Amino acid sequence: MNATPFGRSLWLVLRKDLTVEVRSREIAYTTLFFAASCVLVFAFALVREGRAPEGGAAGILWIAIAFAGTLALGRTFERERQSETLRALLLSPMPRPAIYVGKLLGIVALLVGTELVLVPLVVFLFNARLFAHPFWLAGIVLGGTIGYAAVGTLFAAMLVRARSRDVLLPVLLYPVVVPVIIAGVQGTTALLQPNFDAVLVRFWLLLLVTFDVVFVVLALWTFEAVMSD
Amino acid sequence: MPKWFTPAAILCGLMFVISPVLIARAPDEASMGMVYKIYYYHMPSAWMFLLAPLVCGVSSAMFLVRGRPGDDRRAWAAAELTVLFGALTLITGPLWARRAWGTWWVWDARLTSSLVGWMIAWAYLILRRYGGPGSDKLAAGVALFGAVNVPFIFISVNYWRTIHPPTTVVPKLRVDMGVPLWFCVFAFLLLFMLLMTMRLRLEETRARLDDLYVALDE
Repeated sequence: MNATPFGRSLWLVLRKDLTVEVRSREIAYTTLFFAASCVLVFAFALVREGRAPEGGAAGILWIAIAFAGTLALGRTFERERQSETLRALLLSPMPRPAIYVGKLLGIVALLVGTELVLVPLVVFLFNARLFAHPFWLAGIVLGGTIGYAAVGTLFAAMLVRARSRDVLLPVLLYPVVVPVIIAGVQGTTALLQPNFDAVLVRFWLLLLVTFDVVFVVLALWTFEAVMSD
Repeated sequence: MPKWFTPAAILCGLMFVISPVLIARAPDEASMGMVYKIYYYHMPSAWMFLLAPLVCGVSSAMFLVRGRPGDDRRAWAAAELTVLFGALTLITGPLWARRAWGTWWVWDARLTSSLVGWMIAWAYLILRRYGGPGSDKLAAGVALFGAVNVPFIFISVNYWRTIHPPTTVVPKLRVDMGVPLWFCVFAFLLLFMLLMTMRLRLEETRARLDDLYVALDE
């Protein structure tokens, strides 16, 4: 039944998601606002006498990404549920992995868009020297985002038909993506050190890439098996 | 119940009665004295805590491929055993750490990944309980990610700098320390198998009862 080739199916799914989002901008705006609110809440909780805590910026950045990501994932698939469009996608003669990768790239694009605002906000509010090594920073943030979104896209898609899915998504997602969050926080913290240690940053980046590969491969197989009926 | 169940249960009970005697007679460790002896229960339960998510993950993969309810029931039982043996591991570990390291908990790779594995098993059970119809397949997907975490827990002590003893300690043990340890490992393995059998039996009976209700309605 794989009438449509992989690359074209993937592109169709991705373009559909991006078109819907560009027209409404609903998820982008709500996710971004929620992420900024998270940063502010942590600022109020952690800043003492007008000074941000040492090294707190990395943790705050990744908590904001994780929380805002959950919101974006839930909303993206809620949209697919409303008119049973996910079922329509699954009934179409597209290869299942292409549907998964298309949805994954859509989520990653959305989160990267959020991060483009979030990172400067953290730099500005917490005096973090994150832009001293922009390429390393981009690698760490992108690596973490892909790992997080790989598991998140799979679980959010699985939960579309489940009861109490809004509660279950973070319950299932956070324990599994903790390793990604740890590697992201540690890699970002290493970037903030006064004496930049490229070996340490490369180690955390490689670990993130390893998680990405493992999670994407496992999610591809699981998506095919779980979404079969 | 299978024929071997009662003799195995009696043997398991006897082993758990004898094990404190063997542990008490084992020599004290050079630097920690007798405090280290909780290790004789900590390590076997930790091994079962690694075995259970593997059983759960493999059974879940088989369930996703073949769709047989038996595989699903085995995965469910293994997830519950992960929570049980994980609790034993996470209780006995800090008891030892308090005396050996001077703190209940440190955020190193072994302890963190163990806690993560335990939480994934909880997430699995929460999904089964509150996910509604179709949650068996979804939970199977979660179980695969829980199984992937196991090798990470195992190698974490050898690759990261940590204060947790590495896996290479076990083969190097003296004979008078090794014998009680392997005795306890066998006792825990037997307990694991017995609990698994009981749990599977319960689920099978429940499934048969459901079938009977359905047949009665028709």
